[in-house]
Amino acid sequence: MVKIAVASGKGGTGKTFVSTNLYQTFLSRGVDIALTDCDAEEPNSAAFFKYEETGGEPVTQKVPVIDLSKCTYCGKCQDWCVYNAIVILKERKIAKVLDEMCHGCGACTVACEYGAITEKDMVLGEVTKYSGKDKSSIVEGRLKVGVYTPVPVLKRAILSTTANVAVLDSPPGTSCPFIHTVNASDYVILVTEPTPFGLNDLKLSVEILNQMGKPFSVIINRAGLGNRDVHNFLEREKIELLMEIPFDKEIASIYSKGGLVISEREDIADKFSYIADVIIDKTRAC
Amino acid sequence: MLKELAVISGKGGTGKSSITAAFATMVNQNVVLADCDVDAANLHIIMEPEIELSEVYIAGEKAVIDYDKCSSCGVCQGYCRFNAISFFEGRYIIDEISCDGCKLCEKVCPSHAISMEKSDKSRMHSGTFRNGKMVYGRLEPGEENSGKLVAMVRSKCREIAKKEGIDTILIDSPPGIGCAVISSISGATNVLVVTEPSLSAMSDLDRTLQLLENYNIKKGVVINKYDLSQSVADKIINLCESKGIEIVGMIPFDREVVDAMVNRKSIVEWNPASIVSKEIISIWNKII
Repeated sequence: MVKIAVASGKGGTGKTFVSTNLYQTFLSRGVDIALTDCDAEEPNSAAFFKYEETGGEPVTQKVPVIDLSKCTYCGKCQDWCVYNAIVILKERKIAKVLDEMCHGCGACTVACEYGAITEKDMVLGEVTKYSGKDKSSIVEGRLKVGVYTPVPVLKRAILSTTANVAVLDSPPGTSCPFIHTVNASDYVILVTEPTPFGLNDLKLSVEILNQMGKPFSVIINRAGLGNRDVHNFLEREKIELLMEIPFDKEIASIYSKGGLVISEREDIADKFSYIADVIIDKTRAC
Repeated sequence: MLKELAVISGKGGTGKSSITAAFATMVNQNVVLADCDVDAANLHIIMEPEIELSEVYIAGEKAVIDYDKCSSCGVCQGYCRFNAISFFEGRYIIDEISCDGCKLCEKVCPSHAISMEKSDKSRMHSGTFRNGKMVYGRLEPGEENSGKLVAMVRSKCREIAKKEGIDTILIDSPPGIGCAVISSISGATNVLVVTEPSLSAMSDLDRTLQLLENYNIKKGVVINKYDLSQSVADKIINLCESKGIEIVGMIPFDREVVDAMVNRKSIVEWNPASIVSKEIISIWNKII
């Protein structure tokens, strides 16, 4: 499977817009393709398609349970826990697990010499599969509200994806959720906008992709707003500009109502068709 | 009493930073400004603060194998829950990206061949800008625990506010609903949720409001660029009404907001007479 991540340091640059339209472009060519929504904090891709839910599973993590009848309050589990998820107060006979701080590493279960720690499953979120009439599918990772980290949920969403080609709609930022998404991909499309904020965040994304050795190119969305600094940066750094999408109130309006812009605007459909060709060429997908 | 206003939004790019920048630069404003979007901090571009102090933030630790001691027994791999250890070309290797820094492999290694290396490239900067003090975090790309860095930025802000006698802290939060956002709103006195009229933003707003149900904070919603889709804006108004959340403002789309940013200014500095500027000032008076 070839995986293409659509990412950006800055939020709201148009990752989901690019992912959904690129997926539909491949689909209309008969490619065996899946769209994987890795933005588990705020998943939105599935809402653009009228697919049926065809499966789902909870994503869980192990958290410790302390058996107070066996616990001696020695505090070794607390010492071993680097996440500050266990509180032991010997004098007051308190042994408490803070589930939301736990990363499920299992160190406490190894640390305990009295067999007082067992584990239970804690739900972090869910992975849901949606299918269309053809073989097409969307896999969505969705974090449970209040849970701290989306990483296990998005990793499971990627593992649950089956197709020849997958478009991964990445979470914003440059920290762990973004890293785990692009790390699983073969090629990255960075989406930015021609503003000082867009440029600043693009530079951060470029820095980390270069460190990781991932091949990538850039799409400038809302071209016409702001200034030319992003263009100049790409030229200077010899980074490929894959496409520019003009700032256009009609495009914004189609997207805002949950529509696919390529279905309503031929000029944009042509642009997506071109980038599909480029990506097939670069990744030898299909 | 110290007020801490967090400006948040589930969806990115709705205008959190532009609105926060405007709040921070209103006439006679005096605040401590916190840029808590530590993955991709942006406000310093507009505020151009004079940095007075840069502190190291230890984002976490990663396990490293000393091959002079490693006997290739594989015990570490058996214990690692993050699938970070694999056998490759005749030796065990640790994948830096998958390693969660839990230290279990270090503890179980019978040859004491594993040690932890600190990630010390992240920074917290504090200084002065034209309307007060500013603190921002800079998480090294790829590093973890952004929530902890946010907590450190906020604690620094409280320290500065107390020392300087400033009674308002303004927090620009990252997008999403995960650890860094939870850390941005914990202990805040007021929250402004910024959204825009798209179905994606509305779905994200819904999840953000669910998250806020667990906090006893004064909250309001602003619909930015509301005129890009009046029909979706109406749906958002209905959603907020059904949840009993006040809409504290509706800001129209205006290219001048981007022009202001390009010129390193907030919209209230760039064009104080604009409708956007007037609306933002009115929102400030309602929310704080």
